[in-house]
Amino acid sequence: MKKQKHVLLSGPYLFWTAAFIIIPLLMIVYYGLTDTSGAFTLSNIAQMGTPERLKALWLSLLLSLIATGICLVMAYPLALILTGTKVNATGFIVTIFIIPMWMNSLLRILAWQTLLERNGVINVALRFLHLPELRIINTPYAIALGMIYDFLPFMLLPIYNALEKIDQNVINAAYDLGANRFQTFWKVIFPLTVPGMISGITMVFVPALTTFVISDFLGGSKVLLIGNVIERQFTQVGDWNVGSGMSLVLMVFILISMAVMQHYDKSGGEQVVL
Amino acid sequence: MKKFLSRLYLAFIFILLYAPIAVLIIFSFNNSKTRAKWGGWTLKWYFAMFRDQAIMSALRNTLTIAVLSALISTLLGLTAAISLNAMKKNRRTVVLSALNIPMLNAEIVTGISLMLLFIAAGQLLSHMGLGVEFGFWTVLIGHITFNLPYTVLSILPKLRQINISTYEAALDLGASRFLAFRKVILPDIMPGVLSGFLLAFTLSLDDFVITHFVKGPGFDTLSTKIYTEVRKGIKPEMYALSTLIFASVLLLLLILNHLPGSEKKA
Amino acid sequence: MKKMLALALLAAVLPVFPASVAQAKDKEEVVVYNWGEYMDPDVIADFEKETGIKVVYEEFETNEIMYPKVAAGAAQYDLICPSDYMISKMLANDMLQPINFDHIPNYANIDEKYIEQSKGFDPENKYSIPYCWGTVGILYNTTMVDDPVDSWEILWNEKYADDILMQDSVRDAFMIPEKMLGYDINTVNEDEIAAAAQLLMDQKPLVQAYVIDQVRDKMIGEEAALGVIYSGEAIYTQRENENLEYVIPKEGTNVWIDSWVIPKNAKNVENAEKFLDFLCRGDIALRNFDYITYSTPNKAARELIEDEEIRESTIAFPTEEMLANSQVFVYIGEEGDALYNEYWDKVKSY
Repeated sequence: MKKQKHVLLSGPYLFWTAAFIIIPLLMIVYYGLTDTSGAFTLSNIAQMGTPERLKALWLSLLLSLIATGICLVMAYPLALILTGTKVNATGFIVTIFIIPMWMNSLLRILAWQTLLERNGVINVALRFLHLPELRIINTPYAIALGMIYDFLPFMLLPIYNALEKIDQNVINAAYDLGANRFQTFWKVIFPLTVPGMISGITMVFVPALTTFVISDFLGGSKVLLIGNVIERQFTQVGDWNVGSGMSLVLMVFILISMAVMQHYDKSGGEQVVL
Repeated sequence: MKKFLSRLYLAFIFILLYAPIAVLIIFSFNNSKTRAKWGGWTLKWYFAMFRDQAIMSALRNTLTIAVLSALISTLLGLTAAISLNAMKKNRRTVVLSALNIPMLNAEIVTGISLMLLFIAAGQLLSHMGLGVEFGFWTVLIGHITFNLPYTVLSILPKLRQINISTYEAALDLGASRFLAFRKVILPDIMPGVLSGFLLAFTLSLDDFVITHFVKGPGFDTLSTKIYTEVRKGIKPEMYALSTLIFASVLLLLLILNHLPGSEKKA
Repeated sequence: MKKMLALALLAAVLPVFPASVAQAKDKEEVVVYNWGEYMDPDVIADFEKETGIKVVYEEFETNEIMYPKVAAGAAQYDLICPSDYMISKMLANDMLQPINFDHIPNYANIDEKYIEQSKGFDPENKYSIPYCWGTVGILYNTTMVDDPVDSWEILWNEKYADDILMQDSVRDAFMIPEKMLGYDINTVNEDEIAAAAQLLMDQKPLVQAYVIDQVRDKMIGEEAALGVIYSGEAIYTQRENENLEYVIPKEGTNVWIDSWVIPKNAKNVENAEKFLDFLCRGDIALRNFDYITYSTPNKAARELIEDEEIRESTIAFPTEEMLANSQVFVYIGEEGDALYNEYWDKVKSY
């Protein structure tokens, strides 16, 4: 009786998953593997192999890996500092790092353009101080900066959550057993935060790999990432078959990174996001 | 020394996160139509934005979509979490991974796949004399879809912590299923439900990529409106509106944090 | 539980109802798809007030972005404002319907000259009404450039490295090296396209950014010294920054016309005609000209321009000699498009 009720409950969302998640993906697979007349072909996938597109893919992988790495290096100490603050308003301090997400993300990235431009805020200030100017707008550096800025909270929150969950008694026990601070961190705290780091890494890597907005706004259209190439296929060239074929390739990369992550993630696939 | 260093680091990150926001807020007071020039301080954009039909309708659309998609995805997520919780582990893993796709997949792929679906559905329906109009409904469906995994994942862990015997005890004592659920289970999972709702609301409010692909003519959210404006220069009214939204959220959070009895909440 | 679900669902659906019911009521409307910032918003408001027809207004950035949206049929527009070559592409794909000019008496305000020119893409003048026209040229900052600016060559001058803004739309970008090399700007000869692409690749290290409309703000803010821009934007930027000067290079350029067309699947043809007639009115065309500063083919409007300097401005209304070497884009076919896209991809990822 109880089981049946739950089966009934699963109806709506199973329908939703099938209709709006599974079927649309199958459509991408269909378009990606057929030509305009509907016949099977692999040429759309092969389109990814041109030197230009490979270069865009390579650059996307490189930039998103760099951005993910820097996010991790920046977020971990930050999370440690935040958990260390013994103020009873910890929640408030964490909130401070989430509030920026309430300003529209397109506008925030656009603001970086204003900050970084030749006559932008940063350069005017540097000039005033007679310091050398910062010339990174419209280069891959600016794009990486935009990625780090936009996705840092996604790295911070899971690590912070993981750190907060660690039982203080476990740490005390390590000290009691004679471990020094470094050993305690390396042998006890760090391993316990691995799942948090892994969800952080995926939550930064995937959007960074596939973004087209950040490269659009901060790259001056001089730097093409794979996201831009695919977006252009759909909105400007209008070739859905090739666009879908390239999306398929992109999905393979995402799946690979998922699999690698999953391999290191012992918690078994039910990571808590925030 | 160590304390000083960590303070310094916090300040650095703080500046990194808030510099662009400060820029946007200052722009909202700029008495010049282009962001390339500073024309002195003004408050006029704060009045002008209420007269701008396009911005107001984008705001209305954004809020409607955010509230509805958060509400529906929380309800769907609640039913999903309850039935997932009752499933065997293997089946649960399969269903969960299907459900997680929009969260793990690239937004651009999710957006494109939904666009392809709606176009195909439109072609199918046109044989029956119906059509799929790109606009409110397609955007709503898109937002519910990408919100769903987040709501499920906020509720499910809370559900798993519940001791089922309390619920069974309530049933034994003659409570109806509904009463038992409401009195025993719901209060325990409420934090998860609420945070799922808030998360969904925030994500929907800020989404650009998926909306970009599934929206139709004349239907804009704030994000898509901003994207089209970027090329010609953002209207100062848009900065004013964003500043206002930002300030209200900040105020709300400050009030929540100073309410008695809420200090413990993370 | 059920009750609660039902209540929640009701609460969820209720606020939507007024909106969807109002839509279903067959409210008179016209769906317009136009370039960004290409019409005075007050003109739209006045039309709505005068006729009670609601204008659903959507903007696009380039012809290439507009086309797939219309072709997909995902959205049904009543009026679109593409450029010359895109109109012939839409005609070639049977996407447009003839306009009934009997319903648009103000069509008489359009200068014969531009109707004649339109024959390049609409041979019988049956499908389009000119809205704006202009040239593509170089906008430069007189305080930052000390060489004479009269040729596209200056965009390849290493002195101005990182000070150059290029066009980010395929045809406009290729037009420049093609003119320098003396080719037809509608060439589909692969060798010629490849040669033009090579020039663009040589130029890329000097380019600060590829932009479309952003060139306006960046030039006003003195972010760059030289920018490729549509003539209509030039007047606007000069109003904001007096150091800016606009030049049509001697090699010639692209003369373009943006015209209104009605797509085949338009739902509100009558309303579209009313809106067209409204736009062709002299006073309305003048207000649009004042707002967007793009040259108007409407002779009634030009006569109404009070400021003589603008009425005789060679930026807004260039003389015949200035346009001696200039050409109009025409549609170059699917294969031509594909060729240009392929080489453009190469340039962009170079």
